Amino acid sequence: MAVCIAVIAKENYPLYIRSTPMENELKFHYMVHTSLDVVDEKISAMGKALVDQRELYLGLLYPTEDYKVYGYVTNSKVKFVMVVDSSNTALRDNEIRSMFRKLHNSYTDVMCNPFYNPGDRIQSRVFDNMVTSMMIQVC
Amino acid sequence: MEAAAGGGCGSGPSLLLSDGEQQCYSELFARCVGAASGGQGPGPAEAARVASGTASAAAGPVADLFRASQLPAETLHQITELCGAKRVGYFGPTQFYVALKLIAAAQSGLPVRIESIKCELPLPRFMMSKNDGEMRFGNPAELHGSKVQIPYLTTEKNSFKRMDDEEKQQETQSPTMSPLASPPSSPPHYQRVPLSHGYSKLRSSMEQMHPVPYEGRQPLVQPEGTSFGVSGAKPLRHQASLIRSFSVERELQDNNSNYPDEPWRITEEQREYYINQFRSLQPDPSSFISGSVAKNFFTKSKLSIPELSYIWELSDADCDGALTLPEFCAAFHLIVARKNGYPLPEGLPPTLQPEYLQAAFPKPKWECALFDSYSESMLTNQQACDLNGMETSVKDMADFPAPTQDVTGDDKQALKSTLTEALPKDVPEDPATPKDSNSLKARPRSRSYSSTSIEEAMKRGEDPPTPPPRPQKTHSRASSLDLNKVFQPSVPATKSGLLPPPPALPPRPCPSQQPEQVSEAELPPQLNRAPSQAAESSPAKKDVSYSQPPSKPIRRKFRPENQSTESQEPSTAVGGPASGATVKPHPTVQKQSSKQKKAIQTAIRKNKEANAVLARLNSELQQQLKEVHQERIALENQLEQLRPVTVL
Repeated sequence: MAVCIAVIAKENYPLYIRSTPMENELKFHYMVHTSLDVVDEKISAMGKALVDQRELYLGLLYPTEDYKVYGYVTNSKVKFVMVVDSSNTALRDNEIRSMFRKLHNSYTDVMCNPFYNPGDRIQSRVFDNMVTSMMIQVC
Repeated sequence: MEAAAGGGCGSGPSLLLSDGEQQCYSELFARCVGAASGGQGPGPAEAARVASGTASAAAGPVADLFRASQLPAETLHQITELCGAKRVGYFGPTQFYVALKLIAAAQSGLPVRIESIKCELPLPRFMMSKNDGEMRFGNPAELHGSKVQIPYLTTEKNSFKRMDDEEKQQETQSPTMSPLASPPSSPPHYQRVPLSHGYSKLRSSMEQMHPVPYEGRQPLVQPEGTSFGVSGAKPLRHQASLIRSFSVERELQDNNSNYPDEPWRITEEQREYYINQFRSLQPDPSSFISGSVAKNFFTKSKLSIPELSYIWELSDADCDGALTLPEFCAAFHLIVARKNGYPLPEGLPPTLQPEYLQAAFPKPKWECALFDSYSESMLTNQQACDLNGMETSVKDMADFPAPTQDVTGDDKQALKSTLTEALPKDVPEDPATPKDSNSLKARPRSRSYSSTSIEEAMKRGEDPPTPPPRPQKTHSRASSLDLNKVFQPSVPATKSGLLPPPPALPPRPCPSQQPEQVSEAELPPQLNRAPSQAAESSPAKKDVSYSQPPSKPIRRKFRPENQSTESQEPSTAVGGPASGATVKPHPTVQKQSSKQKKAIQTAIRKNKEANAVLARLNSELQQQLKEVHQERIALENQLEQLRPVTVL
């Protein structure tokens, strides 16, 4: 369903980025990169007072003619960015939220692995499989 | 192939191959070539070459095959030279066949010469771990093969990988063979595997094997699944056979029919080993090993971090960052399998699931002496002699690459020998049994057993920092002093004099204590002796007794027979029968007594010095007091002199 999924670290470098191979991957990398600005904007817009109550799901970051970009940020400032196809109108907000939740859960599982150093690229097979399952419906 | 072999013979010594030989050699050659091509990826060029019969077998699989023939390396070198591969630089069919013939000759005992191949020879024997149905030779070789194979394992990196490649080749070549069919054939062979090496060899082999990148094996996942069932059990059988009798193996193999994935089944011995390792990291078997502890431990296995990370992912089923015992066993088993060259599975095999492991091994052998020893060593300080043995065993077990079955066996033996007398062995306990219960059992046991044998008491007596007193010490005061010590825990220190008892020890009537430092072990007699007798009559030496270890009170039960000496006066005559009541080695006793004496004497000296210091202080203060007095008198005189003036 998603065309590209990226996990961005707190310092705004990618921990994991994967996109469907049929398109030019560089384009997706660029989209994710530009979306980071929007994410930061949304985070700061929440205000300091609402830091604890800040919603993790950021919603639609920005739409392009072909794609929509959704964002999600964790409490440790790790960002998940998901690019979906605009033509896939069946995707609703709830579904996006659930996808992000799954991502977040998988990410925490990766974190639990003592052999994973935070800040490394994510190389977990389980995480890969989960992402693949999310992307596999792309037709 | 035959044609090519016949045609290619012209380049080398003329080979006369019988039909059987032709068949076998061509098969072997194909396998080696196939293995080479399979290992390197399907090469159309190579396939073409195979078809044309001028293929060359890669050196790797050929070398492995030759080694599997169990000939010494020197012979193999000779063979390779003779067959011309060194000259040509590769193993062409001619060279290969010549080499095989030479191998057969060598195995028959003939010298490695070109002339040897001219005569009729049996087929060369190769020790393969694959099922013999494919190999057609090697059945007898397996009988004596494993011992020789293990050194090859340890010396040859990726030998198992090669085996796997070859076996996989066979798998792909014979897809009709069902995985279930193979295990029944292999177990009888595996049972014949003699006990050759312990875990130590495997551990050393683990050190030397470098991890195989499993990305390359992913396309072979499916055949691997079956090939493991066929071939993979061998190294794990080595592990199993190393430590246990064959009967256990047979039992386990009977159970193996449920699951084709034999390499992922944990045997009893492996399970025990894993449990011991778990205990070395975490004494409580029902709790977790934290992630960092496990990370440090598994890092010692020298696998790469991504692989370890993947193993963790597989084994930590609940993803909580900690390993319970079944999770730990699964992880350990995966690491062991990986070190032996097996690619990691895509998912946790059913035999390694925590639920399965919990069910399969509901009662791990907690009764093993090591468990007792651990609980003892950790919880019972009094048995220091055992403690020393156990500490070494704990260190041994904690050392990842080092432990060998011999160590465990020896530890078990040693601990058994030291512990059987002292403690009864626990019957198999539930893994959930908390250690506390064991510790609780341990403590009363130690006390009750203290009376079982005098030698145990002796042993234990030597463990505490101060040696236990021996009853046979002819000190008159010894027995009575002991008695006093025991009977008067509440006797105020004032009896003894200046020094109060140290807070750690029960107050004892000190004056009588010193000479009996030697015989302090005689707590039981002390129980029954009149507290006052010795205390008052003995010299006023004090506190040395207080330095006695707290374990003393435990020894009260030592000598019931000494109770008869209750009424003894602190006289040398008393010491005689008291000492005679118990049988102790004299030299140690006397050493202890002399040590005690020295301790007493040093204490006396210190007290005297303190005395002297205090006396000096006293005199100085007295002096000051006098001076002050005089001043006061002088001042009063002055006052009186002045007063009449004012009055008037």
